[in-house]
Parts: sequence; C-alpha cells; structure tokens
Amino acid sequence: MEAYELYPLGDAALVVNFGDVIGEQIQRRVQVLTRCLQERSLPWLIELVPAFTSVTVYYDPLLVMQSVGRCGQGASGDVSSIYESVCDMVEQVVRQMPDAGSFQAREVEIPVCYGGEYGPDLAEVAEGNGLWADEVVRIHCSGEYRVYLIGFAPGFPYLGGMSERIAAPRRSSPRLQIPAGSVGIAGRQTGVYPIETPGGWQLIGRTPIPLFLPDADPPSLLQAGDVVRFKSITAEEYAAWTAQQK
Amino acid sequence: MVTGRLIIEVRKPGMLTTVQDAGRQGYQKHGVIVSGAMDEFALRVANLLVGNAEREAVLEMTMIGPALHFRADALIAVCGGDLSPTREGVPVPQWQPVWVAAGSTLEWKQAKAGCRACLAIAGGLSVPQVMGSKSTFLRAKIGGFSGRALQSNDVLELGARTARQEERIERLRARANGSPMLAEPVSPAWEIFPNYDLTPEVRVLLGREFERFDEASRRRFFQEAYAVTPQSDRMGYRLQGGALQLAKPFELISEAVSIGTIQVPQEGNPILLLADRQTTGGYPRIAQVITADLPLLAQVKPGGSVRFRQVTIGEAHAALLERERNLAKLRLALAL
Repeated sequence: MEAYELYPLGDAALVVNFGDVIGEQIQRRVQVLTRCLQERSLPWLIELVPAFTSVTVYYDPLLVMQSVGRCGQGASGDVSSIYESVCDMVEQVVRQMPDAGSFQAREVEIPVCYGGEYGPDLAEVAEGNGLWADEVVRIHCSGEYRVYLIGFAPGFPYLGGMSERIAAPRRSSPRLQIPAGSVGIAGRQTGVYPIETPGGWQLIGRTPIPLFLPDADPPSLLQAGDVVRFKSITAEEYAAWTAQQK
Repeated sequence: MVTGRLIIEVRKPGMLTTVQDAGRQGYQKHGVIVSGAMDEFALRVANLLVGNAEREAVLEMTMIGPALHFRADALIAVCGGDLSPTREGVPVPQWQPVWVAAGSTLEWKQAKAGCRACLAIAGGLSVPQVMGSKSTFLRAKIGGFSGRALQSNDVLELGARTARQEERIERLRARANGSPMLAEPVSPAWEIFPNYDLTPEVRVLLGREFERFDEASRRRFFQEAYAVTPQSDRMGYRLQGGALQLAKPFELISEAVSIGTIQVPQEGNPILLLADRQTTGGYPRIAQVITADLPLLAQVKPGGSVRFRQVTIGEAHAALLERERNLAKLRLALAL
C-alpha cells in the first residue's frame, strides 16, 4: 500500500494527498482515485477536484450523516463523527484502488498557428533562448505534455513537461486582453488561454479549437490526466478550422 | 402551474446586482468556480418565504441596491442586509413575504445594516441554466442575466408560479383592499438568524498549514480583529491586521481551496475566499471559516472587521445541523 494522507478542508471537504512531488506517478494515482470515487455514485459526494498531488472530495455533511445512519454503522443524527465517517468511506475506496499503472491517459492533439499576429512574442522567446523561431516551434511541438490540473480559468490546463530550452519569463507588464485560444509560455510552463482574459504569459501562437464551451458536456476540452501534443498549422489551416466550426 | 410572462424592468441597476442561486456545483474540476449567493441563509429563507425551491435564483444586490419596476403583481421577499427597500417612499418589510401590485417601483436606498440583500420573487427568475445553475460567473461572462450584472433598461422575466403561489397572491390582493403593497404575517423566528454584525466573530477550523506559521502569528490570528479592506469583493476579502508570517518559507503545491478558506500570501495579510473564489490555490492556509458562519461574512462591508475563534470539526458540523433544523422548522411552519 502506497502512502497517502487525509485531512479536512473546512467542514465540507476533505483532501486525499499522495505526496509532495509533482510527477507522473502521483498524478496517475490522483486520476485513478478520481475515477474510482466517481464510479461509486456516492449520495453525499458533491464534487471532486483533482490537483497535482491530491484529490479534494467535497461532501454534504448532512447526507453523510444520513447515509451512515442507513447503513446501520452508527446512530443517525450522530453529528460528532461525520468527518470520521466520510474519511472511512473515502479510505475504503483508496485502499481498493487499482494499481496506478492501469491508468490509460487520453491523448489530445491541439493544432496551433505559431508566430505572426497569433504569436506576437515568438521572436522574443526565441531570442531569449538563443534559438531561431522555427526551432522554438519544433521544440514546443515535439513535447508531450501532461495535464496536471484544470484551474485558474474555466478549461485552463496546467501542463507539465515543457523543455527548459524554450522557457521564458513572464512579460513585465501583463496584457489587458489575451484572445481565447492563445498559447503561451511563462517560466517553464506552457498553457492555452480558453477564454479572453488579462495575462502576463508570452504568446507564441493560437489554436482555432475552443478549449471551453459552457454548453458542452463536459465543458472543458481537456481533463486532468490527459496527454497533450501541439501540432503546427499554417494561417490557412487556422482559417479553415475556424470556418469549419461556424 | 400558471404560465405567463411576468416582467420586471430595471430602472437603476444599483452598484452590483446579479442573478445568483445556491451555486454551480460539479464543475470545479473544469476550472469553473462555484459562484452563488454570498449569504446562503438569506437566499434560502427568501425563497422559502415566497414558496420557491430553496436553491432558486434571486437577485443579489450589493451596498446600493437597484430600482425595479414590476409590470405585474408579484410576491417577493427581501432578506439579508438592510439596504432600505422602499415603494414610493414607504419601507418594504424585510424577512417577510410581501405582495406588490402591478405598476410598483421598488427602490433600494442605502445600506443601513449589512452589505448584501437577496430579492426572491415567487416563480423564480427565468434565465437559462448554464452547467446546472443560474448563477452569474462574471469573469467568464456566463450564467445569470447574459453573464453580467444588471444594467438600466434590462428586462427580467419570471418563471411560472405554482397554483399555491397564485392563491397567495390572490388572497393578498383581495386583503390589500386597494393599497399597493401588503406583507403576509409570517416571518422566521429571530432565534434562527445568524448573529449578523458589522464586526462579527466567526468560528474557524485550523487550516492545513496553521502549524507552519510562527508562534506570534498563530497567537495574533486569534487575538486581533482583522479589518475588511476596500479591496474586497465576491471573490474574497482582503483583510488587514497583525501580519502573519511563516516560521520558515516553503513551497506549496497548488490544491483545492474552498469557500471560507483563509490563505496568506507572503506579505502577511490574509485573504478570505468567498463565493467567486478560484478553484485552486497555492498560498498557505491558516484557517477555514465554518459553513454555518459564512453568511455573517457576506454582510461585513469594507470598514468592518472580523475576529476568529477556533472550534473543532464536530462543533462545525453541529452548528450546521442546528441551522438545517431551524430551516426545516421554518419550512414546516410555512407549509401549514
């Protein structure tokens, strides 16, 4: 049995934490537990938030109490042990969790038109790293990126795995409006802006495919655990993609 | 069910008036924040009083409320902070169901006590559900009324009223005997109210990183009052008071944060996360406000302050259970 830790996040959520190292191994366990908990259709479970090394389990304390009462594991109405009860139920799932090796990541390819009006900072990123612009594009496209977390904005992926050779500092003054679909670099991170928002990342390109659609199910193109690859497309291909979606 | 388009015209939008229900649950893993009414107690009581589902959408107004013109008769309830609602200069009773005649214009004047009020209207607000909720997510411009705060000349449609809501309106209209507004003689017992206060003491659980703060900071947190600064909004309150420092710095890996999480950035002033909080965060968490006390925070305005008192998770759940029992009693009393 591999190590994990449980602790409360207030009186309506608890965290299952698998360690303090960001990496593929722990990330797989996060995904496996998320799936296992989802499959159980637990009546008291409100939602799950998988992150880099943890899964946060939001629960309804009153429904926990009711469900424990029904199972005959304790007197219904025993408010003092709600947290213990929910920990027990979650731990049961953690202990029965299949091996993290069983996790099959979904692969998603994201077409990106690099440079030009879509990637105004590509030249700067190249220069800062002593590379030609097309080398930055080649390196960015050759990487395999794991989605560790969707957060910051709806559908925004925190991606791990970018080459240090194309790392770039944040812009000294953030842009007030970054168009949806912009692909950026900040430090050793790369990401895609799903909605128009202010931001300080260096923009190297833009994807024509939407990462967040409020009326779609699921609304986010990417999910934590996915593996992402970027594919370079031309401005013409970008226009064709955009037209296709209309 | 009686269908029909009952319409409200927005004459003045107020400072920040948005459509909010009990929040958008289940989408945080997609980076979608929960939103929802800041004062959940006021939201639920207001809906109960007019006979709506408890989680139905209301108009949440902030500090300076709107002016709303009702084109048809309506059954309303205004709960939460006292923002001085009036109808042609006559105060509108609060925490009570009130019938208003077609042609009425209600205007909220100023914040007398508290900071935010919920206006529930029988039938609810007819706006599309986005990801299962009618709440407005301002930054992403989704949900609520066109994804934004109300503006002058907006026209709001109401949902269908139940037969019982129609009956109540008929009865009140008849009793009003020509006058344009009448309150129903029911209201929640004051014992069930949270202790609304400009400077409340709220109960907290220790945060995950509490022990990582130095000893002086850990003491200070519970001894001092923390001022709510003007840089406070639905996302969170920036507090100011005795600075809170870590015993030694460390890197934290981002994970979920929740409503009521008190996180402390490096400069030492805590941030109390509220309805429009982000889904995850990476600052050390010194404490977490218990669910039962969250409505108190919704009513503290900039210039007010907050004190913290430590309780156990068992006490937090007991407080929540007590609130739910009180609401159940109110529900029962209203059904009779």
